[in-house]
Amino acid sequence: MEVIINGRAHELAKATSVGDAVRLVTTSASGVAAAVNGEVVRKARWDTTPVSDGDLVEVITAVQGG
Amino acid sequence: MDDPFVIAGEAMGSRLIMGTGGAPSLDVLDRALAASGTELTTVAMRRVDPAASGSVLDVLAARGIRVLPNTAGCFTAADAVRTARLAREAMETDWVKLEVIADERTLLPDPVELLDAADLLVADGFTVLPYTNDDPVLARRLEQAGCAAVMPLGAPIGSGLGIRNPHNIELIVEAAGVPVVLDAGIGTASDAAIAMELGCDGVLLATSVTRAHDPELMAEAMRAAVIAGRLAFLAGRVPRRRYATASSPFAD
Repeated sequence: MEVIINGRAHELAKATSVGDAVRLVTTSASGVAAAVNGEVVRKARWDTTPVSDGDLVEVITAVQGG
Repeated sequence: MDDPFVIAGEAMGSRLIMGTGGAPSLDVLDRALAASGTELTTVAMRRVDPAASGSVLDVLAARGIRVLPNTAGCFTAADAVRTARLAREAMETDWVKLEVIADERTLLPDPVELLDAADLLVADGFTVLPYTNDDPVLARRLEQAGCAAVMPLGAPIGSGLGIRNPHNIELIVEAAGVPVVLDAGIGTASDAAIAMELGCDGVLLATSVTRAHDPELMAEAMRAAVIAGRLAFLAGRVPRRRYATASSPFAD
């Protein structure tokens, strides 16, 4: 299945979790948040929440700003 | 003098809130933050960059500076709420500097979306610090919506034009029951001092320090200016007079 992570398409296995998707783009979970299709997924639920074909996953962190 | 700066029940020793945007490197930022004496510092939320080396969060953690995530780059209330929720999850704070801008040329707040977002975020349990226009009526509406402070601009973000409408800032200060933080437009130390002399409770600035020729030195200047302006406000200035008032006794 295809999942879009931070704007880039990734071909993933069926049983992929939000946690697996996050770990494709960052090694650190500290200071990081994830949303699937616009809804925040709490860190405690990353590994039990599956992603589905066509999902839009955003993985964000803090950068210099403001 | 014991004069703490209190937002939402949290006391801070410095009335200067620094933004981290615009610094040429994390090392320069680190030294500027230390020189500024700030205890609260804004960050923006963006997609993780797998190639990034070092994080602004490490700099803040090492200095023990509290993080204030912002919603910079959001144009609608829905965008801002989504970003604030991500920030809360990532930063483990319910404080948010709410920014909802109208367009990229002016970066001015969109008052309709801003108030809408403030309502939604307060209802969701956030401590909302909105970046707002220098409009006393909008500031009042934001306070009524439950915002923990109001942060009117002195001039557009990054413009360094100073405080274009000091009269409106005074009106906002007079009416506010929550802290007023002058946010955006500061160009140099005198602008920060004027904000405090007008009765603002704090100043939020980034560009004027991070893009100064010597950011560390300018941070020190801003720290001193905010303190000087606050002391002058508390001391009470003399009235302006049209003609001279002798300060020495006249000769007999």
